[in-house]
Amino acid sequence: MTVLEPIPSIRLKNGLEIKLKEIHTAPLISSWVWYRVGSRDEIAGKTGISHWVEHMQFKGTDKFPAEKREKAIARAGGSWNAFTYLDWTTYFETMPADKIDQALEIEADRMLNSVFDPEELESERTVIMSERQGRENNPGFWLTEAVHQAAFPIHSYGHMILGDMVDLAAMQRDDLYQHYKSYYSPNNAVISIAGDFKQANLLQRLKELYEELPTGEEPPRVNRPQPPQRGEHRLVVEGPGDTVLGDVSYHAPAASHDDFFPFLILDSILSGPEGLNMFGGGGISNKTSRLYSRLVEDEDVAVSVSGSLPATLDPYLYSLDLIIHPASTPESALKALDEEIQRLQDSPPPLEELERATKQARALFAYGSESITNQAFWMGFSEMYASYDWVTDYLEKLEAVSPADVQRVAQTYLKPQNRIVGIYQPHNKGNQSL
Amino acid sequence: MSKPEITTLNEKSLPGPQDITRVELENGITLLVRPNFNSLAISLSGFVQAGSLYDPESKLGLADFTATCLMRGTERQTFREIYNSLESMGASLGVSAGSHTAGFGGKSLAADLPDLLEILTDILTHPVFPKADIEKIRSQLLTGLDLRAEDTNEMASLGFDQIAYAGHPYRFPSDGYPETIQAIQSEDLVDFHASYYGPREMVVVIVGAVEPDQAVALVEEKLGGWFNPKQPEPIEVPDVWPLDQTVQQHTAIPEKSQADIVLGTVGPRRQWEGFYPALLGNSILGQFGMMGRIGNSVRTQAGLAYYAYSSLSSSIGPGPWTVRAGVAPENLEKAVELIQQEIRTFLAEPVSPEELADVQSNYVGKLPLTLESNQGVASALLTMERHQLGLDYLQGYEKMVREITRESILEASRQFLDPDRLAISTAGPPL
Repeated sequence: MTVLEPIPSIRLKNGLEIKLKEIHTAPLISSWVWYRVGSRDEIAGKTGISHWVEHMQFKGTDKFPAEKREKAIARAGGSWNAFTYLDWTTYFETMPADKIDQALEIEADRMLNSVFDPEELESERTVIMSERQGRENNPGFWLTEAVHQAAFPIHSYGHMILGDMVDLAAMQRDDLYQHYKSYYSPNNAVISIAGDFKQANLLQRLKELYEELPTGEEPPRVNRPQPPQRGEHRLVVEGPGDTVLGDVSYHAPAASHDDFFPFLILDSILSGPEGLNMFGGGGISNKTSRLYSRLVEDEDVAVSVSGSLPATLDPYLYSLDLIIHPASTPESALKALDEEIQRLQDSPPPLEELERATKQARALFAYGSESITNQAFWMGFSEMYASYDWVTDYLEKLEAVSPADVQRVAQTYLKPQNRIVGIYQPHNKGNQSL
Repeated sequence: MSKPEITTLNEKSLPGPQDITRVELENGITLLVRPNFNSLAISLSGFVQAGSLYDPESKLGLADFTATCLMRGTERQTFREIYNSLESMGASLGVSAGSHTAGFGGKSLAADLPDLLEILTDILTHPVFPKADIEKIRSQLLTGLDLRAEDTNEMASLGFDQIAYAGHPYRFPSDGYPETIQAIQSEDLVDFHASYYGPREMVVVIVGAVEPDQAVALVEEKLGGWFNPKQPEPIEVPDVWPLDQTVQQHTAIPEKSQADIVLGTVGPRRQWEGFYPALLGNSILGQFGMMGRIGNSVRTQAGLAYYAYSSLSSSIGPGPWTVRAGVAPENLEKAVELIQQEIRTFLAEPVSPEELADVQSNYVGKLPLTLESNQGVASALLTMERHQLGLDYLQGYEKMVREITRESILEASRQFLDPDRLAISTAGPPL
């Protein structure tokens, strides 16, 4: 059975792009609508607006008041939610196959007809502030926020997706409605659907529901490229608690860049495998990765280490998150980390390590593909920063990476002047600044 | 108004006696296998009777510490060799302790099942607890407890257990406290393993691309020869006396933006006949749609919280029935009052016929989604075996759900929920 096969892209006359994949292993269908808008499209004063609009999309339209919609999905036993990310916002429903029409109707309706009632908007303002306050309770949130601000003073990846509290307090209904009207249109959307259907029938139904929706104006995407960083940034965030945290983030290439796949192998070798599974499938531990072995096992300078290299439209970050060992210091952890990076820069990794990374990636796809929701997710997600070919070619591209490629990527990107070193330092731990 | 659509299940497509193989090995292990050749992988899960209920009070966290140390090396393999095998296969395996049992879970590509089972067998039967590794794990556990002390949600939960389960074994956290983790010696880990790890009433579940006969032969070969005459009977936990009145406490954690609320009571055991009426009632109270009546009141109407929902635990002993919400500190009392009011209303009269029909339809409709992956099926099989629900449980599921009445929900809920006798635990900035 092949999990990752190319699928044709269908474009309706209003510009809406559709990706369909029949999978008949369970009587389920997962349907996603993706919009090319995220926190990347926000400027100071409007941070968090994409996420707030996503919340307002659950408040209802004249045709489908919120309660009626919720009930329709829940009665069918469906699962639905939405996510706002850096580059995109998406809405999904995974339903029993014979109930998918409800989801298709709801999404066609709220693409253009959400009400944005002023009273509901005010009520949601405090809900969103509460969401941010909940995250603030985690010391790691403050560290991540500070590192992003330092990494992207120009590009809008520099603020949190949830937005700044000051903007959440100030934005008004007109701001939100304008944002909605600017970015929610068929020509700025992709629909990805996987599951138990006949393609011809489903496509016919999608045309009935979506093809007459009017094409919108070209959406105004924010484009403020981040100039190269001139020297290492170091910062310390202070707060309560007893545990010292570290976030070492390097500027990294966009997902569509040729260096991205060698970078994924590098990530796997240094800090363990990452998959694209958002809905179950689980992960694979990183206990034998180079950084875990050195920092946690050999030297006891960290209690844990993990890495992340998100696939994004614009150049973003490769982040290494550390929990510093209570008997150690950030300096010791950073020294060990630097020596491991140096080792990779000095000599290419053995082929065996690369082969292991691709086997892990293959296993993660196998686990993730058990979920129809994951499969539909991959089809749309990849369109937001590249195309679905990016996913279908994923394993092949990983296999094509050579040890020299990994070494070159380590030399190119993992330089101190290309990174931000952030430390979360509890008040009572004294001065542990770097 | 048109008649609402009724979602029904195709019972034959659900895991059941026709495609679940259940075998009891001579040494006491029960094995359940369900093949799924649509998948390329397998999911492995199960438990042994080695949970934290066996922890001495001065060494709380011992079961968890022991489970964590199993992967640190065996008589045949070092920690690195174990993980090198697992990670090179793209497989995963982990063990952790709950109250009654220590559970294990893993997955691999189908061809690697024999190797995964070999590693599981080795870590369960021949761990060596290397001294140096014990100190490493101790540091990791203590760091975890430091982070727990900063986590408002976890601290509110801890407070809830202390109020609701006063005097009951469930009042203790399975990850212990810093002083009890410090008190654990390497002999304690060796002794705990020797006393409690064994095949008696152990359960293994395998779901995925494997023929049942092959899976049974493999488990028999690897684990069939394991015996431990020292293993005691599984612990039976007593009932809990309800509180005389509402007890409220706040755990102050400086410099936090939000306060978390855990409010509720001790609920039924999973095997109690009124469990499902209570579960559907709980859904109406705080889950259905956008977090049920409580979500509607606290989030949608009042705008006080990003999350506000209720949950009813499925447990061997009397599990917690709680409402959880995260709110700005200045809205704490208002949110608690709104939740109490919703509980009062919920207990005053039966739910509406429409609410019952909605939630019944939801429970029937969502079943295929929960059984989509190997892991989902394995989890269902494990629950069926743990609570002795029978292999045809899923075939009878729709009928059982449809037979629940408004009155049975009210009756079951009133047995446990009382708005004037709640445990209310909050954690957040000093009030």
